[in-house]
Amino acid sequence: MRTIRAAAAVTLAISIAAGVTGCGGGTSSGGGSNDSPKTLTYWASNQGPSIEADKKILTPELKKFEKQTGIKVKLEVVPWADLLNRILAATTSGQGPDVLNIGNTWSASLQATGALLPWSKENFDAIGGRDRFVDSAVASAGAEGQDPAAVPLYSLAYALYYNKKSFADAGIEKPPATWDELVADGKKLSKDGKWGLGAEGSNLSNNIHQTFVLGQQHGADFFDADGKPTFTSDGAVAAVKQYIDFMAKDKIIAPGNAEYAQNQSLTDFAKGKTAMVLWQAAASTFASQGMKPEDWGAAPVPVASGTPGQGKNTNSMVAGINMAVFKNTKNIDGAKKFVKFMTSDDEQKLLNKTYGSIPPVKTAQADEAFSAPDLAVLRDTLAKSAAPLPQVPNESQFETAVGTAVKELWADAAAGRPVTTESVKARLEKAQQTMQQ
Amino acid sequence: MTATVTTDSLTEKSDRVTSRGSGGARRRLPRIPDRIRQGGLPYLLLLPAVLLELLVHVIPMIIGIVMSFRQFTQFYINNWGGAPWSGFDNYKIAVDVNAPIGEALLHSFFVTCVFTFFAVGLAWLFGVAAAIMLQENFRGRGFLRAIFLVPYALPVYAAVITWAFMFQRDNGLVNHVLHDQLGITDQPSFWLIGDNSIYALIIVSVWKGWPFAFLIVMAGLQNIPRELYEAASIDGAGIWQQIRKITLPSLRPVNQVLVLVLFLWTFNDFNTPYVLFGKAAPENADLISIHIYQSSFVTWNFGTGSAMSVLLLLFLLVVTAVYLFITSRGRKGADA
Repeated sequence: MRTIRAAAAVTLAISIAAGVTGCGGGTSSGGGSNDSPKTLTYWASNQGPSIEADKKILTPELKKFEKQTGIKVKLEVVPWADLLNRILAATTSGQGPDVLNIGNTWSASLQATGALLPWSKENFDAIGGRDRFVDSAVASAGAEGQDPAAVPLYSLAYALYYNKKSFADAGIEKPPATWDELVADGKKLSKDGKWGLGAEGSNLSNNIHQTFVLGQQHGADFFDADGKPTFTSDGAVAAVKQYIDFMAKDKIIAPGNAEYAQNQSLTDFAKGKTAMVLWQAAASTFASQGMKPEDWGAAPVPVASGTPGQGKNTNSMVAGINMAVFKNTKNIDGAKKFVKFMTSDDEQKLLNKTYGSIPPVKTAQADEAFSAPDLAVLRDTLAKSAAPLPQVPNESQFETAVGTAVKELWADAAAGRPVTTESVKARLEKAQQTMQQ
Repeated sequence: MTATVTTDSLTEKSDRVTSRGSGGARRRLPRIPDRIRQGGLPYLLLLPAVLLELLVHVIPMIIGIVMSFRQFTQFYINNWGGAPWSGFDNYKIAVDVNAPIGEALLHSFFVTCVFTFFAVGLAWLFGVAAAIMLQENFRGRGFLRAIFLVPYALPVYAAVITWAFMFQRDNGLVNHVLHDQLGITDQPSFWLIGDNSIYALIIVSVWKGWPFAFLIVMAGLQNIPRELYEAASIDGAGIWQQIRKITLPSLRPVNQVLVLVLFLWTFNDFNTPYVLFGKAAPENADLISIHIYQSSFVTWNFGTGSAMSVLLLLFLLVVTAVYLFITSRGRKGADA
């Protein structure tokens, strides 16, 4: 009886413990073909106000494509929160869509899996040639020196959005062009429960975007030429400290922003609680929060001195969405036709206008719709002063490690703990160590 | 192993049945159909469950264990077979507490232990207290029981998102009450980042977990004969003595399972920290489940993540086995 009870106990232990720590699996398959030339599956990222809105926007275009080619496209709009995990699952199982949208910062990471079709010269020629696209956009579609893993679809850049009424009330005539001006203006604006600048302290990606640009301005890359992390260089530490100091030292960011991760800073902006935000294509969000176009203005993101340009005067990352093809698609020709269709001038103009982004296709960019004041800022930034995030396979790890370090520093600043060069360096050091696996 | 034991005892039984009914006509029948008729049906009925168990739990678990011995990064997820074998490297990384990854895992383990201790302890205490208080029949008892069970019935995500809103520093209900209305704190506190995050986590976990304890204990209380209480009160036992001498000892078998289940659920809880804090939990609330998620899904290093999962599995196995061994032995002693 004792052995039975012991055996039962062990079995119970195993089965309970097993129930809570399972891992999934699958098989892989490879090689593209044209076995099913009449259908395609397309995973679109969520670009519009909602999944439903995206379906409404894209469906007529897919019908157009079907009319032209006879290929029926099955559309699924995947929310951002799920997209990367869905792509990982599709990569692992070999059961994915034919064509998909990816965040352009994931390009090199996904390229390393080898699951995506490389855009060689021949493949680019099939969609009209590599020259049709803006260089910086193609540069954020894969690691340097390799064929891109994707094709740019929608481009975005950061701008400084400011509340015109708050500026007028504080007697500020024009948006700041340097960080010193921004801090001075911010101090004038931060009073009576209102604040100069907004931030999304708990949004890891946003932390990365901002500190990457500041890093460029301090002459620091977060990776060296061999792809090794260099998070603790003087420039990187200074960049992160400068960003956190807007709250810790300059006190132009409200402490509560340290926990923002759901775009609350845009809500604060729309309510007039903060006067400035650094954001990409915020127009539609402002509109949905009840702001009129004349209530706000957009200006280039400040630099240390001078005007935005390359190198130390970089003032934005190249943000955007790329379009990729799974290598194991059963309709490789159809997939390329679809990419060609989506990157054609007409579709580029139409879709980018709808989504408030900038076409990465040069000829489409020339359309005057993209010369509206706020879009012109984004367009010029992309053309002149934006740099792609590090295109390294462990970019995703970098975003998590450094993004978390910056988040913890925000928490320190918000709690009133001192943020020093040493404390910043210590956090970055820790982040860097977790990368060296 | 239970299966083996059951098989043995059943075979024994069916043998006995066969030998008892050993008539001349029966002996000529082949042995197998007889066995199926006698003892095979239960196995047949169990078959779907066994197959599903294999499919859903056992096979993925074995794959997970295999993965933990391979260098399974993003370079290989498209081609599983190509991932190089790495021996115990992933485990070495996970348990090397002098290196950052092992150190972070150990820290996360301690945080999880502290969190589990308080979350399970409080959930159990509230559950037992509420169940005992609602034992007497009074007006509104059914209503109170229903109200108490609401957190258990709510979808986890919806409930925790609501808590995340309430814990917001600037617009949250918690700070509105503590700071604006009661004036307890000098300035609004952060709950979702920084040092307080562990309290937020424990509060939500207890809120979510105690109704289950309440439900189970309430069911257990129904089995205690009323006469025991009557006899005790005639002998002059007060309410505390009754609880200590009658209620708690009678609930012992119920509590044995209840605490174990609460422990396992809480120790592995992923939803609560993930919904409260997102992908990167604050250091003070970095529970092991979210830590492993980050080590595998966010950084795409599934080998190390699997090794951590296997270590967690081993730990829970040992704890569960020791727990069952100790509590069963204690109970046997009490029975005797």
